Amino acid sequence: MNIVNKKVRKKDAMSLVTGKPVYTDDIAQDNCLIVKVLRSPHAHALIKDIDIEVAKKVPSIECILTYKDVPNSRFTTAGQTYPEFSPYDRLILDKLIRCVGDPVAIIAGWDEKSVNKSMNLIKVNYEVLEPILDFKEAKDNQIVVHPEEDFKALVDIGADNKRNICASESFKYGNIEEELKNCSHVIEQTYHTKANHQTAMETFRTYTSIDTYGRLNVVTSTQVPFHIRRILANALQIPKSKIRVIKPRIGGGFGSKQSAVSEMFPAIVTLKTGKPAKMIYSRKESLTNGSPRHESEITIRLGADENGIIKAIDMNTLWNAGAYGDHGPTTVGLAGHKAMTIYNKAKAYKFDYEVIYSNTMGAGAFRGYGATQGFFALESAVNELAAKLNIDPTILRMKNMLTQDQVENVMPTYYDEKLKSCTLDKCLIKAKEMINWDEKYPCKDIGNNKVRSVGVAVAMQGSGISYVDVGAVEVRLNDDGFYTLMIGATDMGTGCDTILAQMAADCLDCELDDIIVHGVDTDLSPYDTGSYASSTTYITGMAVVKTCEKLKTKIKAEGARLLGCTENDVEFNGKEVFSLETNKKITLKDIANMSLVGENNYLTASESHYSPTSPPPFMSGIVEIEVDKLTGKVDIIDYVAVVDCGTVINPNLARVQTEGGIVQGIGMTLYEDIVYDENGRMINDSFLQYKIPTRIDAGNIRVEFESSYEPTGPFGAKSIGEIVINTPAPAIANAVYNATKVNIRTLPITSEKIIMGMINTVG
Amino acid sequence: MQVKLWINNKEFSDDISPDTILLDYLRSKGFLSVKRGCNTSNCGLCTVLLEGKPILSCSTLAVRVSGLHITTIEGLEKEAEEFGGFLADEGAEQCGFCSPGFIMSVLAMKNELKNPTEDEIKKYLEGNLCRCSGYMGQLRSIKKYLDVKREA
Repeated sequence: MNIVNKKVRKKDAMSLVTGKPVYTDDIAQDNCLIVKVLRSPHAHALIKDIDIEVAKKVPSIECILTYKDVPNSRFTTAGQTYPEFSPYDRLILDKLIRCVGDPVAIIAGWDEKSVNKSMNLIKVNYEVLEPILDFKEAKDNQIVVHPEEDFKALVDIGADNKRNICASESFKYGNIEEELKNCSHVIEQTYHTKANHQTAMETFRTYTSIDTYGRLNVVTSTQVPFHIRRILANALQIPKSKIRVIKPRIGGGFGSKQSAVSEMFPAIVTLKTGKPAKMIYSRKESLTNGSPRHESEITIRLGADENGIIKAIDMNTLWNAGAYGDHGPTTVGLAGHKAMTIYNKAKAYKFDYEVIYSNTMGAGAFRGYGATQGFFALESAVNELAAKLNIDPTILRMKNMLTQDQVENVMPTYYDEKLKSCTLDKCLIKAKEMINWDEKYPCKDIGNNKVRSVGVAVAMQGSGISYVDVGAVEVRLNDDGFYTLMIGATDMGTGCDTILAQMAADCLDCELDDIIVHGVDTDLSPYDTGSYASSTTYITGMAVVKTCEKLKTKIKAEGARLLGCTENDVEFNGKEVFSLETNKKITLKDIANMSLVGENNYLTASESHYSPTSPPPFMSGIVEIEVDKLTGKVDIIDYVAVVDCGTVINPNLARVQTEGGIVQGIGMTLYEDIVYDENGRMINDSFLQYKIPTRIDAGNIRVEFESSYEPTGPFGAKSIGEIVINTPAPAIANAVYNATKVNIRTLPITSEKIIMGMINTVG
Repeated sequence: MQVKLWINNKEFSDDISPDTILLDYLRSKGFLSVKRGCNTSNCGLCTVLLEGKPILSCSTLAVRVSGLHITTIEGLEKEAEEFGGFLADEGAEQCGFCSPGFIMSVLAMKNELKNPTEDEIKKYLEGNLCRCSGYMGQLRSIKKYLDVKREA
């Protein structure tokens, strides 16, 4: 490994740091129709009539579309592999409004001012309906969010739209009631996590045009170009062959761009008018009608014996789909299956869930994808169990969690997959050392009404979706002997273009600069399900390894043919093909140049990869906080994270991913919270009110790796993208308890909740 | 409304609508490094220099800078490359969407603060949000950059 496991710079780094125009809005042509959407002020309403006559007369307005002008076939905007688990419950524009901000009309004109003016002149006659805003009361409510007869679920997900049920399931292993009865200690608590926004710095945006061949071209900031092609084909009711999707540089995703958010609107404008169009979401639109994390309420029964050996875990989970079911049926599964699996030695498990429709904003994918909610609940319960047993929570974990000793064990709550690599025990031991746990646990009063305390959590995630995700790669040998690596995986800033090139360079024994990589273009790139589910390094990485092996075989064969040797006689060292027996050799450069001439063979290889397993990466997170006992204010002093992501492909990029995920988790834990007023309008709809952490809030973060070797991954690698957000919420909640004896079970953990909890505990 | 200003030391004269936002004006002139992240003076992505001092171009009317000098990252390519190299060596540019505004603030800070402490660096750059990096890599790169600058 010359290049894998090295801290190389990202291939696009210098363009990004010098402000080159590489993002969607930078490359959209100047003369584009500006597309905006008139949004509903009501959470639940029926459009009785829309009058666009006056609005159409505004100079420069090219078209205004209402529900009468769009296809009436339902689709999902969730970027998932077909057949999607998310129900087909949307239209581009619907007569029935299901949340504040739902699109009512699409306006396109040649300048923004005219579009705004026109939008204000549209008259909508609504029949305002009573909304159901509390997802806990939505099941079997007389208010029905999706009463439509053409509601469709492609897969049996336990949906029943007339009862506001988007999905439901019950998983059982062992006899949960029997085991709980025999436990000397049972924690029974309910945990509540709120909806949060990914807030990628680049808002949702799409630019569309008709190309020379009469096809719809879509340049869009997305994690899932190939899924966008299908979503648009469904939404617009045109063949996929008529659509080309191009992904330029993306200004962050974190799951938000695993849904089609902005794509449909300019696309239908371009189809209707034949003209180029673009839609740039404002920050407010991104916040009020994006694809935030699902709100959840998880009731846990956690049973253990007097020695702290966990015997039974029951997680009863309620999930708020909001107005639309995107990613609802799939995110919820991770809450149980990922969280419970880390405690693999129990005798019984139960995991029931219901995903419920309500008239709040639809939700979507957010880094961690449901596991984050599950880990807050279960890790908090484990910490409460430790307190009840009066055992150090790190010691309680060492007794119960997956460790190196459990490699080769089957995980019944993880689809019976076998654990192949795990250093979680080493991760926890190292994290304890780094923060000096034994000295600091549980807390230290430092005077001046301030307490310093520590808190712990562990987590796992997966690497791709087993049996589902596919990554394909093509590698071409160009003249003079450099390579083109064609990938369909989507670099959203994480650096996958670079790490996949690192792997290719090591496989082909060449320099990183000898490999060119491309952004994704569905007309040209090999198929890839996209960058989500922590799949790129693991799945597409393996496709890189396989493709390079195939290409090397071809290079050797061609070299042997040109040398007049047999294939078995020759070796390839990256620069030349040589025969050990005859001393003959030919350079790669010569092979490459000859391959483009006459009777010689143009050399290219392509392989795709999927995996029957989704090996979990692991992480231990320990936080040190300072709590002000007078105000309840929490300051993050130090956060140590030790990660087992198998082989680290690029230590810099992996470290920064970890740091970024932790800070997002800190935001989710301490203050990020989508709040609605009584009419269902999101109140905190700007960065003035929806606060994400600044560099002062983030505290100090230290990251280390405890590498394992995952035999099914490329170079032994597993994933890292998502797991890193899973520990802050339970670890900080634990530290707050260790400082104040207050268990906060509803996020975010605000000063008010801490102070009120302290008053109630004392009282 | 008539304005005359200098962008990266090049003169621009235009008849613009009085409500034109500086950010939109700069992008319309091809300075596409200037990014909009929020529109509420919260994220710092649109940071440019006005007479050498960082300002938020999303919250500045173009007419307000008439007669003055604006610098965008396109006008500081060499400096941006130099600091950007340190950022890239940490992998901390990630998606890069906040990089131009952030780097403009860092370059302004270098001129304004002498031997800043870690806390002073964090305070100065508090208004530059980043959702990818978690800020630690940015801090590492700034410290290394300032060390090199100090020695030079």
